[in-house]
Amino acid sequence: MRNQSLTYREALRIAIEEAMNADERVVLLGEDVGNYGGCYAVSKGLSETFGSNRIIDTPLSESGFVGAGIGAAIGGMRPIVEIMTVNFSLLALDQIVNNAATIRHMSGNQVSIPLVIRMATGAGKQLAAQHSHSLENWYAHVPGIKVLTPATVADARYMLGMALKDPNPVMFFEHVMLYNESAAIPVPEDCPDMCSAIVRQTGTDISLVTYGGSLPKALEAARQLAQQDVSVEVIDLRSLRPLDTDTLFRSVDKTHRLLVVDEGWRTGSLAGELCALVAENCFWSLDAPPIRVCSEEVPIPYPKHLEDAVTPQVAKIVEAVLGLLKQEIVS
Amino acid sequence: MQTDISKIHTDTHKIHMDIAHIKFLFKQMLRIRRFEEKCAELYTEEKIRGFLHLYIGEEAIAVGIMQALKPEDAVFGTYREHGHALARGLSMDKVMSEMFGKVTGSSRGRGGSMHIFDVEKQFYGGNAIVAGALPLAVGLALANKMQNKKNVVVCFFGEGAVAEGEFHESLNLAKLWHLPILFVCENNGYAMGTALAISESEQHIFRKAQSYGLAAHAVDGMNVVEVESAASQYCNSIRNGDGPCLLECNTYRFRGHSMFDTQLYRKADEVDEWKSKGPIKKLKRWLEANDKLSADELIEIEDEVAAEINQAIVFAEGSQLEEISDLYLGVYAEEES
Repeated sequence: MRNQSLTYREALRIAIEEAMNADERVVLLGEDVGNYGGCYAVSKGLSETFGSNRIIDTPLSESGFVGAGIGAAIGGMRPIVEIMTVNFSLLALDQIVNNAATIRHMSGNQVSIPLVIRMATGAGKQLAAQHSHSLENWYAHVPGIKVLTPATVADARYMLGMALKDPNPVMFFEHVMLYNESAAIPVPEDCPDMCSAIVRQTGTDISLVTYGGSLPKALEAARQLAQQDVSVEVIDLRSLRPLDTDTLFRSVDKTHRLLVVDEGWRTGSLAGELCALVAENCFWSLDAPPIRVCSEEVPIPYPKHLEDAVTPQVAKIVEAVLGLLKQEIVS
Repeated sequence: MQTDISKIHTDTHKIHMDIAHIKFLFKQMLRIRRFEEKCAELYTEEKIRGFLHLYIGEEAIAVGIMQALKPEDAVFGTYREHGHALARGLSMDKVMSEMFGKVTGSSRGRGGSMHIFDVEKQFYGGNAIVAGALPLAVGLALANKMQNKKNVVVCFFGEGAVAEGEFHESLNLAKLWHLPILFVCENNGYAMGTALAISESEQHIFRKAQSYGLAAHAVDGMNVVEVESAASQYCNSIRNGDGPCLLECNTYRFRGHSMFDTQLYRKADEVDEWKSKGPIKKLKRWLEANDKLSADELIEIEDEVAAEINQAIVFAEGSQLEEISDLYLGVYAEEES
């Protein structure tokens, strides 16, 4: 029934609402989170419920309000900081990398920073080269923070609460193409521990590893490949730091092949890291070289056809899998 | 010199200071001075490594400001924070041990000279990104306000930080949200080797703060009594709920920016002129002129300070290094919050 479904956006809103009701230390701050309702309408209506003291509109000072979120966390609050897009988070990179990620260790384990920083990421809405990039793997490079990429309605609904209970700074990436995705109302059991990967579909021929906005594409590619008798195992990483390598290696040891789909640029990508991990740890069980479908190495362009040409698409994923299998047959 | 200090503590700022307290201020400044002189020696002996930024010449600011604070108030320092830490009441043993990189250091040796932390003392570093701590201090003040705590947050920074966007973002947020925070600008005239005159169009820092609506003025940062008086006034006003303030303390660093500085950017005459009005010299002259500090007393104070420093070195030397097996300690917290 239609009224029993939930969108990714609504799931996030409910999660924020629930956290704020359960714990008065939880506040939301960011640009346009209050009166405007959030640039992706996630926090719509929350300022009416919780007031402007807890849903705090900030000036356009990313470094200032992200730093303030870190300071508020040090001071005993449980802030959720919303940044409009990952591109804007670069203005707060100093606070995230030099303060949030370092202070606990640098202080000899004295200072706790229980903070969640949420932001939109990814392409697909024709927003061009300053609003569309996928830079989450930059953050995944940095020890001291955790990096989550909820890809399903259930994860949107329950991962945020887990992130808020975590005593560490957690980066929370919401792919822009997921906000309108809907699913049956999830239950907590649909969302296991936030740092474990989930096998979204079991298969035997190849492990297709992905996260965030690429998950629906990966599942569609797997469906099409099934029609050609290729059995694809789809793994949703969910957390980019820490990485659940156990699930990854177990799958590759079973399928003997790896394809990583990652909307980040190929060079220096998380996909590269995953391939290296598999090469280091599963080398003797591989039947083929690990391969990647990543974004083309150009800033994301505005026109739809060019934007699509840059980012991973279902057809490209299918082609990559078939190409790999064919190569094996030929050789 | 004589009228200078007495006028301030009796008339201008109307706070009572007895001689015992003034002597306490003197000793605190001397502790920092002698501690750092010893650190410079230990640096040349390679006992202390990394960057070492000495506070010598600026002691009156940390000592003056800390007098206005209560134990529950919080402090954010700069990377030139040995003085902040000692004046705040961190044990010299732990600070020295931190310089040695030992596990008994205030940050288990993880931070070194630039990252001295002590949460028990509400001392939050030790931040080596210029202006990096200002937003943090704003956030802590926001948390205090939201939890109805009357505590003051003090954030130190140099005048070089004023060129960073975070200075402006933070002052705006502090005023916008009416936060209980005191910004303390230690204006020593040089951002490393860049003089204020060649980096800022408006060289009075307090005026920038006033433009954001903060109560702000400048004081002689070489005069510990004047600093304390101003800080007390501001802290009272902050505790009364009157919002954020900024105190600009005009000062000078007598040594180089760090131990690697050849000081090509300033003249020896200029340094000498400032040294002649140094904070310790100034207070000592006043005490002596008023017959409040005998030669014997001075020797006694010097001896006590020397003993504390020697003890700190013995403590640091005798302490263990962190086990490499504990390398990952504190990268992440394990417990739920």
